[in-house]
Amino acid sequence: MKYLPNTASLKIYPERCAGCGMCIEVCPHGVFALENKKAVILDRDRCMECGACVGNCAFGALKVDKGVGCAAAVINSMIRGGEPSCDCSGPNKTGDCC
Amino acid sequence: MTELKLIKPGTRETKACCGQTQSAVHTQDEMSCKTCLPLIETEPPSWVTGTCMTDAGSIPTVSTDLTASDRWESVRCRTSAFRNNYTVHPGLYAVGAPNRYSDVLASANYKLSFDVLRKALKGLDVWILVLDTKGINVWCAAGKGTFGTDELIHRISILKLARIVDHRRIIVPQLGASGISAHKVKDAAGFEVCYGPVRAADIKAYIAAGYKATREQRTVKFSLIDRLILTPMEINPAMKKYYPRYALIILAIFGLQPGGIFFMEALVGGLPFLLLGLISLFAGALVTPALLPLIPFRSFALKGWITGILAVLLSTKFVAMLGHLNTILLIFTYLFFPLASSYIALQFTGSSTFTGMTGVKKELKMSAPLYIAGAVVSLILLLVYKLGEWRVL
Repeated sequence: MKYLPNTASLKIYPERCAGCGMCIEVCPHGVFALENKKAVILDRDRCMECGACVGNCAFGALKVDKGVGCAAAVINSMIRGGEPSCDCSGPNKTGDCC
Repeated sequence: MTELKLIKPGTRETKACCGQTQSAVHTQDEMSCKTCLPLIETEPPSWVTGTCMTDAGSIPTVSTDLTASDRWESVRCRTSAFRNNYTVHPGLYAVGAPNRYSDVLASANYKLSFDVLRKALKGLDVWILVLDTKGINVWCAAGKGTFGTDELIHRISILKLARIVDHRRIIVPQLGASGISAHKVKDAAGFEVCYGPVRAADIKAYIAAGYKATREQRTVKFSLIDRLILTPMEINPAMKKYYPRYALIILAIFGLQPGGIFFMEALVGGLPFLLLGLISLFAGALVTPALLPLIPFRSFALKGWITGILAVLLSTKFVAMLGHLNTILLIFTYLFFPLASSYIALQFTGSSTFTGMTGVKKELKMSAPLYIAGAVVSLILLLVYKLGEWRVL
């Protein structure tokens, strides 16, 4: 299953990539592959912008607008301001969304 | 069992757990340190079967069998707010008879996550390191950052993990990766983070393969069962949050007569729309998630609208009560209910495993004006109908 085409904000900077393969290991949707010892994006539309690859790239070769792909969170942020987050019930509660 | 030190969380102790004095502990984490060893108020939980002595104190051993009560609680987690406070104490636990060379597996302090993990570890001798994720599962907590680099480093440090095991390797569930930076953990705590498979059921295979997961084991799926399990938490909130308000508005509109609000008119006139409201709610919260990959288009809002319009078409055709609506009410029906289904289906993006924030923002930018316009026009149509009924128009 894939979400909207050509929307994911994932970017790769091949010149910084050391080819360690960490992004391949952490990506839950098989977005990456190694080609000629560099990470490449196999299928951008599978990216859900979870940010696992960016956080685990020790070389800063990846960039993504990390966030929750949740309509309730986005609607809340539109109404209350701030970044969309899972804290549906306020910042100090565990929330009942996810 | 007697070796387990019992401290009630929140009580004042001159000596914190882990043998540290209070002053040595990060003050903001005072509470969490009090619970850094799995501390039990008076009775240990039923799934603690004993203790295991280590150089850093005694560690509770946990059962790998789930009881009927564990299973019943997991059902309650899937269906209600029960899950909002379903936690285990953060800290270290033993499975089997682990030693200084045994693997350490990180988990969240959501009891459901912890149960899935301990069940999958049957027959192994390993340590479980439970992070304080405020009772949230690994993936969601990683997204929030509570299953995160800082918490992992902190937990490794206060539990004195380096005194308990000789190796420097910690297996973190792959879905925790969005909160963890492996290289930062290595730099700060000296432990190498090895990302395990997505599903706990593949852990044994992962360890047996020399800490390697296949591409299949590294990929998140979203099967029919996975989707269906999540639908009660779509249906319940919608039934509690939206439906009563909607029902009240419908009953008020149909019951409202020049002489006051009449119960019979409210019921007779409103009933078809209460039913359509339920139908569109289930179209959005149950049918759309269940048939997700089969419904055309990638947009959840569009998928929900399609399910909604089909549900309304079928209902008006086959449900006798809905077969005789006048033109204005029919326009209202075809306008409002598919949009309601669409809006509810859009909420399922939060449960899905593959939607990103940029996409959801894009969907909302397009659909929110339509939802608002649809709601306003729907209300106007109902008012026009009322005025016609009262022979004002």
